[in-house]
Amino acid sequence: MAQVKKKQGKVPGIFINRRWCKRCGICVELCPKKVFTTDTLGNPVVKRPESCVWCELCELRCPDLALKLEGE
Amino acid sequence: MARVNTRTRFIQGNEACTEGALAAGMRFFAGYPITPSTEIAEILAERLPRVGGTFVQMEDEISSMAAVIGASLTGVKAMTATSGPGFSLKQENIGFAAFTEVPCVIVNVQRKGPSTGMPTSPAQGDVMQARWGTHGDHPVIALTPFSVLEAFTLTVEAFNLAEKYRVPVILLMDEVIAHMRERVELPGPEDLEIVDRRKPAVKPGEYYPYDVEEEDGVPPMAVFGEGYRFHVTGLYHDAMGYPATGNPRLADQLIRRLVRKIEGRVEELTMVDEVQTEDAKVVVVAYGSVARSAARAVRLAREEGYRVGLFRPKIIWPFPAPRVRKLAARVEGLIVTEMNMGQVFREVERAVQGMAKVDLVSRVDGELITPVEVLTAIKEVY
Amino acid sequence: MPTLTRQVSRGETGWEETGGKPGLLGYLRTGMMPHLWCPGCGHGIIMGAFLRAFDRLGWDQDETIIVSGIGCSSRVTGYLDFDTLHTTHGRALAFATGVKLANPKLNVIVLAGDGDLAAIGGNHLIHAARRNINITTICFNNNIYGMTSGQFSPVSPTGSWATTTPYGSIDRPFDLCELVRAAGGTYVARGTAYHVRSLTGLIEKALKHKGFSFVEALSQCPTYFGRRNQLHNAVDMLLWQKEHAVNVRAATRMDPEDLRDKILIGELYRSEAPEYTEEYARIREQVRQKAREGDLVQ
Repeated sequence: MAQVKKKQGKVPGIFINRRWCKRCGICVELCPKKVFTTDTLGNPVVKRPESCVWCELCELRCPDLALKLEGE
Repeated sequence: MARVNTRTRFIQGNEACTEGALAAGMRFFAGYPITPSTEIAEILAERLPRVGGTFVQMEDEISSMAAVIGASLTGVKAMTATSGPGFSLKQENIGFAAFTEVPCVIVNVQRKGPSTGMPTSPAQGDVMQARWGTHGDHPVIALTPFSVLEAFTLTVEAFNLAEKYRVPVILLMDEVIAHMRERVELPGPEDLEIVDRRKPAVKPGEYYPYDVEEEDGVPPMAVFGEGYRFHVTGLYHDAMGYPATGNPRLADQLIRRLVRKIEGRVEELTMVDEVQTEDAKVVVVAYGSVARSAARAVRLAREEGYRVGLFRPKIIWPFPAPRVRKLAARVEGLIVTEMNMGQVFREVERAVQGMAKVDLVSRVDGELITPVEVLTAIKEVY
Repeated sequence: MPTLTRQVSRGETGWEETGGKPGLLGYLRTGMMPHLWCPGCGHGIIMGAFLRAFDRLGWDQDETIIVSGIGCSSRVTGYLDFDTLHTTHGRALAFATGVKLANPKLNVIVLAGDGDLAAIGGNHLIHAARRNINITTICFNNNIYGMTSGQFSPVSPTGSWATTTPYGSIDRPFDLCELVRAAGGTYVARGTAYHVRSLTGLIEKALKHKGFSFVEALSQCPTYFGRRNQLHNAVDMLLWQKEHAVNVRAATRMDPEDLRDKILIGELYRSEAPEYTEEYARIREQVRQKAREGDLVQ
């Protein structure tokens, strides 16, 4: 169902609003390409942006509306 | 041949109430069938679409009250009508309207309770419920018509007060007033003063829905769908309308303003008919249909030489305690007559503060108090 | 300047320091964010799905009224920059009916929870569906009363655990979609927070549908439902949705035996029927026409 738009060679800007994020771990655990990791406090951290396939599911599934993909 | 006056009608109180509502500009009615108020719904089901208004029979009493509040938020004057059991069911949403300051009118044609009681018999047992039926401190206004004409004029007044003070107003009728037919001359539009709610003068971005200058102020009210994007909640809220449940100072300010908005205006909200009280030694306090018997009893007593008068509050809430107190200072006794076990009687006692003797003539068998019963009481007390 | 608890729609949102520009900001009272929902709660996902669906339609925010009841999900109205009405428990649809009837030009949307819509407000749900009034209802279904800390709801599965079912629930759950369909609703769909892209599409279709439309959006409550029911966090609960949801089209090709513990998602029912406010407008016009012809005394 999910339309995965692979954009060759483009690395998205992945923005996380730390004031809104509640560290639930959904983006980290459900990213099909393991783009995120967590720091010692459990905050999501963008580790492998180059692996991103722009499925946008992290943004759509973020319960806190605290995550945004940007780019071409 | 006499000119036919189309405003002269021979109608019952329920019908007069609908005429008053339409004259006041009411254009939305939601209700649920219940004796003895059903005629109001039936008549409005027929009349409202003719004047571009909306009638809806909802699935229950609770939703009728909810729909009325929803409609009022779109800027329409809205009402519902019910009786005891339905009035009980509406209480939570009446509290919502009081707290969120949404104008609306609730007609309660009182029948004999508690519970299903005697559906076709009159009573005045909901006076305290009209004041305290919903949980928590809150403002409310209640009116008690005593004739078919007053069922008209006080309905107009109910809408005016609701819109002016942004408060639910209860028209506390009783089965006798609702079903009794009288010849009435209905006032025309030129004889009526109609009040509409004050809308905000500011642009949407500058609108604070619950901001007031005075500590008893009534804020202007925006209309849903006009770009103000405001929030209405039954939670304690700030001037913006947003939840502020963790702020004791704001909570205190809000509830005190809401209660003061009505209770603090008791003088201007006093509407009393006083008959022959100037020289009276004893005054009968009565409202609604019982006031008709009381008026007759006073007339009969006067014919026999008793110096008696009638004190008839048309606005029962806020209770006209200052006026009662003034009266108590110059009379020896007050007789409260009502079809309950002393709901207004205790309010009178509280207002009088021992300055005069207060007696109660009460009837709770589903029958109207007769003039003779009141007359007998007058003679006993005198 | 009046006293406010928070600066709403003004001031810092937390986005400034990231350099990102989220697309949904224009629909949010950003001063009210972050929202009060627990970490991992599905309600935020459904709120996001709703806003994205609304955004796709390009409807006017100023002509849209959002109504909610009481409970976790019903706090949603506080965050949305529309005319919003946070009503009494269960009564969102009854208030919404008043709004819609009094001004049928407005888009009226109800966002509320399973306890609100299916238990205390069940009567209003079936009657709004029966009237086929043009209101879209999104049920945030997390199978639990979250605001009161975890009692079972009329949609909690039999055998599930809650504070008020300490020995497991013996109650049989409602199928809300079947209920609304049977009551007369003309658009019925179910989605999940996991399948958020499809959920967004279903909400968009529901919004566009003329008549009573209903979307049951399965949410997750890791705090109260998950913890007591061996689903230890939001991710486990989302994966449960993934494993148990079957698209209604795929289900037609499946063995009924394999569907026994599955939940159908997608557009479940759609039909056309006279819409209530249009019917009332017709009555109004008819009556006025008669009055013009002199059949009625105005």
